[in-house]
Amino acid sequence: MEPLYTHISQQYNVELEDIRSKVLQMGGLVEQQIEQALNSLVHGDTSLGEAVIMDDTKVNKLEVMIDEECSQVIARRQPAASDLRLIVAVIKTITDLERIGDEAEKIARMAVRLAGEERPKTNYAEIQGLGNQVRQMVHDALDAFARLDIQAALNTAREDYKIDQKYEGVMRQMITFMMEDPRTISRVLNMIWAARALERIGDHARNICEYIIYLVKGKDVRHTSLEQIEKEILGRERR
Amino acid sequence: MKRKTRTAAQPAAPAYNGDMRSPDEKTPVPAAAPQAAIAAPIKAQAQKLHFYYGGTVHALKDINLDLAEKQVTALIGPSGCGKSTFLRCFNRMHDLYPGNRYEGEIRMHPDNVNILARQVDPIEVRMRISMVFQKPNPFPKSIYENVAYGLRVRGVRSRGLMDDKVEEALRGAALWDEVKDRLPDLAFNLSGGQQQRLCIARALATDPEILLFDEPTSALDPIATASIEELITELKLKVTILIVTHNMQQAARVSDYTAFMHLGELVEFGDTNTIFTNPSNRRTEDYITGRYG
Repeated sequence: MEPLYTHISQQYNVELEDIRSKVLQMGGLVEQQIEQALNSLVHGDTSLGEAVIMDDTKVNKLEVMIDEECSQVIARRQPAASDLRLIVAVIKTITDLERIGDEAEKIARMAVRLAGEERPKTNYAEIQGLGNQVRQMVHDALDAFARLDIQAALNTAREDYKIDQKYEGVMRQMITFMMEDPRTISRVLNMIWAARALERIGDHARNICEYIIYLVKGKDVRHTSLEQIEKEILGRERR
Repeated sequence: MKRKTRTAAQPAAPAYNGDMRSPDEKTPVPAAAPQAAIAAPIKAQAQKLHFYYGGTVHALKDINLDLAEKQVTALIGPSGCGKSTFLRCFNRMHDLYPGNRYEGEIRMHPDNVNILARQVDPIEVRMRISMVFQKPNPFPKSIYENVAYGLRVRGVRSRGLMDDKVEEALRGAALWDEVKDRLPDLAFNLSGGQQQRLCIARALATDPEILLFDEPTSALDPIATASIEELITELKLKVTILIVTHNMQQAARVSDYTAFMHLGELVEFGDTNTIFTNPSNRRTEDYITGRYG
């Protein structure tokens, strides 16, 4: 992977750097959305939940803006090799970021709905635990993107397994709650929606890690097992 | 000179096999440009090709490249990298100037003849390998005569056969419909794009096996360029094509294989998709993405 700033055309450098920094800006915003959605759920803070719902438009606007800039680079610069891969990876990454934003909005909606209901004894500790893990994963994926670090991307992608396992655990717990006391069913169903949204965020973060590997190595690793990725990626170094 | 005999006391040195690199260098370093697996049959092969201008300038250094039959191979690289020099080796154009020297060979298949060999007649080579240049260069003759010229040189006398061949070549160059009613007109009356297609028709008239294009569209507008590119993709059904171009997007559009040359060396060769999305050599990457070398 070549450094971004070494094109003969300074303007091209500026354009690519602008796209890259906007992606990171969008990522930061999305991370914040997850955090606030979780806080609003755990603390029953409806105004925070409403703010998350409102701010989703900011995420959407950034997606449209970055997409537009990418189209312009394709039309005007005809990027090739690593530049082309950067543009392709960015277009895909922002789609996943936007969906992460949608999932955060979903959690915020559940939080607003749940705020009016009786709080569980656990005080949503299980959702918070899953949420923290997911938030960290999104953070690590963005960090790997910023540093173009495929080892970090691989490690982060691996986290998705743990999140899936944790999600299974949370689901079992929810089923137990409902069996023990059917009056909680309505509340627990909402909690299940929130847990499901978090699990989906993990999947999107894993997708982003796969785009980073594509960006750096030029290898499309979607729909490939992690072991296979590791074997192919780390076994092949640039001359 | 007396030959030295090795005594038992001397350590046995490995037999010299013509390779002067140290053993460390030999094993892990791949060939200068790894040959991508060519799916199609091979039409021509440059093997250990070196070329010297006037005996002093070493313009091509150890080029090993296979041309896939009925496919388009593009040569890209910065000015002075030797891509045109390489292209011109294919029809012995360098023979026209004294002092130029080839080393190595270019083998043409299926007859496996080394077209650089002294005993091979350059005229024969040029019958089998035609060339189209950067600027359209029709002869100062009629449209018809431009195409018929090569056939006359070849000794075709029959008017009927000549007419058929001229029409076939002009159709092959996608020019027939535009000029069929004005064949006796002077070729210079055609537009730039039409003149270039006329030159392609002239090159096609002798039924060549390989067509060489030396920046065929650099003097043309985008519409004429598009029609020449379209023509190239049609022509590859019949002939093998080697094209030099400064326009990388053009190489990406028309070619099946791409070779990147730099300072007289073949740096990387591979299928065009790979070269333009994920080249394995840093210099290739820097060139096609417009970076400092």
